[in-house]
Amino acid sequence: MRHLTKAAVLVGAAAVVLSACGTAADNDDSDDNADGQQCEAVELEGDPQVALAYDVGGRGDQSFNDAAYAGLERAQTEFGFEGTEGEAASDESEEVREQRLRGFADDGYNVIVGVGFAYSESVDKVAPDYPNVSFAVIDGFDPTEDDVNCNVAYLTYAENEGSFLVGVAAAETTESNTVGFVGGVNNPLIQKFEAGFKAGVEEANPDAEVVTTYIEESDPRGFGDPAGGQAAAEGLINDGADVIFHAAGASGIGVFDAVTSADLWAIGVDSDQYLTASPEQQPHILTSMLKRVDVSTYDFIAAAFDGEPLSGYTEFTLADEGVDYSTSGDFLPADLVTEIDDYKQQIIDGDLEVPAEP
Amino acid sequence: MSQLVRRVTQMVTYSIVPTLVAIAAALLATAAIVWISGAPVGGFLEAMLSVPGQRDLVIIVNQASMIALSAFAAAICFRMNIFNIGVEGQYIIGACAGAFFAGSGIVPGPLNILATLVVAMLAGMAWAMIAAVLNVTRGVSEVISAIMLNYVALTLAGYLVKTYGSKSGYTFTTGTIPPSSQPLGFGIFSGAPDVWALSILAVIVAVGYSFLLGWTRFGFDLRTAGESRTAALANGINPKKMVLITMAISGAIAGLVWMPSFFGSTHTFGIPEYFQRGLGFTGLAVALLGRNTSLGIFFGATLFAFLSTQSNRLQSVGVGRDVVEITQGVVVLMVVIAFEISRRVKARREQESVARELGATSEGVRA
Repeated sequence: MRHLTKAAVLVGAAAVVLSACGTAADNDDSDDNADGQQCEAVELEGDPQVALAYDVGGRGDQSFNDAAYAGLERAQTEFGFEGTEGEAASDESEEVREQRLRGFADDGYNVIVGVGFAYSESVDKVAPDYPNVSFAVIDGFDPTEDDVNCNVAYLTYAENEGSFLVGVAAAETTESNTVGFVGGVNNPLIQKFEAGFKAGVEEANPDAEVVTTYIEESDPRGFGDPAGGQAAAEGLINDGADVIFHAAGASGIGVFDAVTSADLWAIGVDSDQYLTASPEQQPHILTSMLKRVDVSTYDFIAAAFDGEPLSGYTEFTLADEGVDYSTSGDFLPADLVTEIDDYKQQIIDGDLEVPAEP
Repeated sequence: MSQLVRRVTQMVTYSIVPTLVAIAAALLATAAIVWISGAPVGGFLEAMLSVPGQRDLVIIVNQASMIALSAFAAAICFRMNIFNIGVEGQYIIGACAGAFFAGSGIVPGPLNILATLVVAMLAGMAWAMIAAVLNVTRGVSEVISAIMLNYVALTLAGYLVKTYGSKSGYTFTTGTIPPSSQPLGFGIFSGAPDVWALSILAVIVAVGYSFLLGWTRFGFDLRTAGESRTAALANGINPKKMVLITMAISGAIAGLVWMPSFFGSTHTFGIPEYFQRGLGFTGLAVALLGRNTSLGIFFGATLFAFLSTQSNRLQSVGVGRDVVEITQGVVVLMVVIAFEISRRVKARREQESVARELGATSEGVRA
């Protein structure tokens, strides 16, 4: 009987939530894109059960997916749950991706994280069928802006802000006044890294030039191609670059190889790559631009356990340590760290705008 | 009548039984690999042998149709003894060109579908002709040039969409097909999405393929040239011309590969979310598995689609998704082995029966 009452309450809540969405969409007056504001929190049925759907590469990529796993692990130790995981294939269809999410939801998982923007479309299609499941897409976006799903959270990052800081580090370290950028795939997400990096270099050392290359035009394999990363980095080294920042996932290992054999500097991405690099590469990793996918994954899961699941867009910035830079290896001199921290403060305070497009 | 019975018995003995044995052997071999890797074997077998749900069935039919199209593109070349590994690139170019055309809405209404199919076929054909012409005029191996062209195709498609498409989230896409040009699908289950309308293309191509190869002068020439180019030349068949025509047909079929998904579900083109890669390579394996016959290709395509669809279920029981690819690879290997064995058994039996009859007659002569 208690279950019945609970179910009735849930249905009622869902109806309220849905109607709230309806008006939000109908009014269409929210130009600031903060769609989630008009939604009420999703009511989960029973205890939170967490499922993670990884992007291509899955757990063990020493980068993006592993960072999400780290967030899951932290939440597991804190809240004590088992959770489940699934992984995408590089040549799977959209429908199979959707089935992965449906499978989780049908198996009783009600807190589901899609790791990577490729899940945006699938989550958008699946979410309406499971109003009592809280979904999140890391790096996600809403493909149908005029039809908002209140049970979906899009976790995004100010990659440009973090990249700005490592741009300053690169500009102050270069001796040839040429620094390089290797992107995995030439898409707007990676261009955000490039834009911030360029702005940082420009700000700290207007004489320095940034040379840029992308491994792939659109093929996500650009994030898993160390040989391609190495070739790209060698090309930039030929152009005179002596500090190279990569935003290329697992391809970055090739970038590290290239700078190691040329005895130059590289800058890591996403996680503190000094910690996972081989001993030969370590002396060449100046710093890393941190994108705390672990923090946002944890935050999202924690919010569900607190009974207030996230909804709509949440951007993780320098201010909340969603992006940052690392000092492992102690290669950055103290005065440079002070300079970078100064820029960091300016960005946090809003005194410095970092462009998001190159 | 006895003729028919004999053909059916032959098919069962030399095609169906070896295939089933090969699949069973492949499952056992993969189970052994799963066991060695320390994952649950029971869960693996249970997931692999479980009956798909309604949504999964629809996905299997949809996927099988695209895989089959790709396999027919590969098979027609196999019959001519050309290894067209470039189906992948040809269908990417076909998909990209078709999507740009359909999205532009130059042709209104349902006619847009037909026109788009023609554009996609022509684009796939044009891409195949690069490798074909290089092969015929300069003697460049079609395998090498086609592999390179696969990469060029993917990069070119990405570049074109980025330059002339529009931004959707983090992906660039072509324009969306106007609603008036979106065909309805085949509703089979009420609780599941429709089977894509253009899945029917696989059936049409299958009929055309069987007819072309089995019932036309061109098909005879093609198979002859495939058996031996010198023999073909001696019989007045121009092998170079045959290479060009075969590659053109193959490229045209390849251009159709992604069309069922394009019109049935995605309605736009953009890598990675609004496109499915890798179908060209899957098609090669399935053509091999299906021994270049229509029925065999449909069987192989369905099997591969089924295996891929089970990958989600596998992951839920704690088996890695790579196991699916291992199974697919082992199935192809086992089928090749099984058919080689069955071919030898068949040959020996035929020799024996011929020898027996010859023996009988020669003894008769001696007596």
